[in-house]
Amino acid sequence: MSAGPATTAPALNMGGRRLPPWVATTALLLPAYGWLMIAIFLPLGAMFLFSFMTATPIGTKEIGYTFDQYKIFFTQPYMWQVASWTFQIAFATTLICAVTGFLAALALARSGLGRSQWVFLILILLPFWTNGLVRIFSWTMVIREGGFLDAVVQFILPEAASVGFLYSRPAIVLGLVHGYLPYMVLTCYIAISTIDDAIVEAAESLGARWWTILGRILIPMAAPGLIAGSVLIFVPVVGAFMEPRILGGPQGVTLGTVIEDSFTQGFNWPQGAALSFMLLAVVLAIFATFSGVLRRNAEL
Amino acid sequence: MSDVKLTGIAKSYGGSPVLTDITVDFPSGSFTSLLGPSGSGKTTLLRIIAGFITPEAGQVTIGGEDVTRIPVWARNIGMVFQSYALFPHMNVRDNVAFGLGRRGVKGAEAKRRVDEALEMVRLPGFAERLPKQLSGGQQQRVAMARAIVTGPKVLLLDEPLSALDRRLRQEMQVELLSLQREIGVTTIFVTHDQEEALTLSDQVAILDRGRIVQMGAPAAIYERPATRFAAEFLGDANFFAGLVEGGAITVAAHRISAPGLPEGREVTLAVRPEKISLDATHENQVRAKVLNAIYAGANLTYLMEGPGGQRLKVFAQNSDGVILPNGAEVTLSWPAAHTILVEG
Ligand SMILES: Nc1ncnc2c1ncn2[C@@H]1O[C@H](COP(=O)(O)OP(=O)(O)O)[C@@H](O)[C@H]1O
Ligand SMILES: [Mg+2]
Repeated sequence: MSAGPATTAPALNMGGRRLPPWVATTALLLPAYGWLMIAIFLPLGAMFLFSFMTATPIGTKEIGYTFDQYKIFFTQPYMWQVASWTFQIAFATTLICAVTGFLAALALARSGLGRSQWVFLILILLPFWTNGLVRIFSWTMVIREGGFLDAVVQFILPEAASVGFLYSRPAIVLGLVHGYLPYMVLTCYIAISTIDDAIVEAAESLGARWWTILGRILIPMAAPGLIAGSVLIFVPVVGAFMEPRILGGPQGVTLGTVIEDSFTQGFNWPQGAALSFMLLAVVLAIFATFSGVLRRNAEL
Repeated sequence: MSDVKLTGIAKSYGGSPVLTDITVDFPSGSFTSLLGPSGSGKTTLLRIIAGFITPEAGQVTIGGEDVTRIPVWARNIGMVFQSYALFPHMNVRDNVAFGLGRRGVKGAEAKRRVDEALEMVRLPGFAERLPKQLSGGQQQRVAMARAIVTGPKVLLLDEPLSALDRRLRQEMQVELLSLQREIGVTTIFVTHDQEEALTLSDQVAILDRGRIVQMGAPAAIYERPATRFAAEFLGDANFFAGLVEGGAITVAAHRISAPGLPEGREVTLAVRPEKISLDATHENQVRAKVLNAIYAGANLTYLMEGPGGQRLKVFAQNSDGVILPNGAEVTLSWPAAHTILVEG
C-alpha cells in the first residue's frame, strides 16, 4: 500500500507546506460551529444557568442557587391543568393542520393544475408573510360576538343566536391553525409531489378505489412529510403565547403565557427559564419517539 | 379469455389530434405490439384501453363488454409500467397481493397465489424483500407478477423493458413471452424497438402520427410493408421512385420491375437490403458505387451510391472473406418478386 503525498486525502496546501487533513476540516467547520455556539448554546446556556437562580440577576438583590424553580408543578398544582390545556391545544392544532394540510397539499400536487399550482401555493403561504399580531387580531373581528361571522350567520338565519366563540380554546386553535398550516402544506406538498403518478395508476389498475389509494399508498408514502410538518408545528405551538393571550382571553392560560408572564409582568426570569427547559425536555422526548419512525421512512 | 376491440377511437390534446380513427382487434390470447416512433400516440392508446384516458370518440370493448365509460379500477386489467411503479413502502409479497386484496382474496389463498405468481416470474424466495433491495430486472418481474396474479382480462405493458440493458432485455423478452403463452392472457405491448416487436408478437400494429398504418403478423409486415414509413420503421429499406411504363420504372437507365405495378402512375418501390446480391443473378439490376463498408464479423453492411445518386444499403454474408473497397463499381441485383410497391 502506498500512501504518498499524491494519494492522501485532499489537504490545504499553504505556502508549500502540507497541513494534516484534520486542520483543514476544522478550519472549514469552525465558522459553522462557532456561529452555532454563539447563536444557540450561549443564550441557551445562560438561560439554563438562570433557571437555577433564586431571583432575576438584574438589580441589587442577592442571588442564590436552587432547584426550587423546577418544583413549580408541585408547589402550584394548577400548573398541571395549564399543561394539560396547552397540550390539548397543541395536539388539536397539529391534528387539524395534518388533516387539512395534507388534503390541501394533495389537491395541489395531484390536481393537474400545472403552472398555476404555484399561485395556489403562494396563497397558502400568505399567513407566513403577514404580521402575527395583525393575523390574530383580524380573527377577533371575525369571531367575536356580533362580529363578521355572526353577521354572515344572521344574514342567512336571522333568528340564529350568536355563534361567536372569541375567548375560548377553539378560538386559540383556530388562530394557531391559521398561522401554522403553511408548514404542513409545504412539507406534505414536497412529499406528495415526489410520488410517481405511475404508482397511483398502478394501484388503480389493480382495482383500488380512491380511499384505498389514499390510505394504503399516498398517506404511507407521504408520512415523512406529515411527521416533519407535525414536528414543525407542534414544537412552536406548545410554547405559543400570542394566540392564547389574544384569542383565549381569560381562557388563554397556557404554558406559553405563563412563561411569558414570568419574564415580563412577574419579572421572575428563573421561573420562566425553568418552565422553558421542562417544556423543551418534553418536546425532545416527543422528538426522540418520532425520530425512529422518521428514520425508517427515510430508508425507503 | 377476452378479446379487446377498439372502434373509431379518437383523441386530441389542445386541438391537435393525437389519435385518429383507431379501429383494431386484439384477438383473445394474442400478443400484439404497438410499434411506433416517440410521440406517435402509443401510450395514449394504451391508456385509453386501460381507462386512464377517455377517448373523444369511439368505443373500447373488453371480452365483448363495452368498457368505454367504465373506470380503471373496474376494468380488471393488468398493467406494467416502464418505471416499474412498485409500491416502495411494501415488500414484494404485499405488492403482489395488493390486487388480490382489492378482490377480497386474503390469508392463505392470497399467500398461495402470490407464491405461485412469484414462481412464474422466477423470483421465489424474494417475497419479504423491499423493492429497493431488488435490481431493475427483478423489480420488473415483481411488477409482472403483480399484474398477472389477479387473472386480468388483458395485460397492458408500456415499454416495460426499455429501462433495462440489452442483454437483460433480451432475457426478459423470452421470459415475458413464455409467461404470456403459459397464462394465455390477451397482451398489448407498447414498444419503439422494432426488433422487440418482431420477436415477441403474434401481430404488430404500426403507429404513425396517431394512425395505425399497418397491422399484421411480423413476417407479413416485414415482407410486405404497405407504406414507406412502415418499410423504414420496421427494418431497413432502399427506395426507388419513378413512372410506371411497360411494367417497370426507369431509374437512370436501369429498369426496375415489380409485380402488379399500375401502368402510367408515379410509384415508390422498396427493397430490403438483405434481398440484394452483389452480382447480376436477378432480373432487377442497377450499377452502384461503394461508399463505405461496415464490417461486423459474420456479415457486412455496404453503404452505396445508386444510379440516381441515391443512398443504398446492402447486407452481405461474409462467406468468402472479400470486402469491396471504397469506390468500387458493382452491379447489384434482386428478384422482382422482392420489390415492394409502397405508398409514398
Ligand atoms: N397530457 C397531454 N397533454 C398534451 N399533449 C399530450 C399529452 N399526452 C400526450 N400528449 C401528446 O400526444 C402525443 C402522443 O403521445 P404519446 O401517446 O405519449 O406517444 P408515444 O407513447 O408514442 O411516445 C405526443 O405528441 C404528446 O406530446
Ligand atoms: Mg410512450
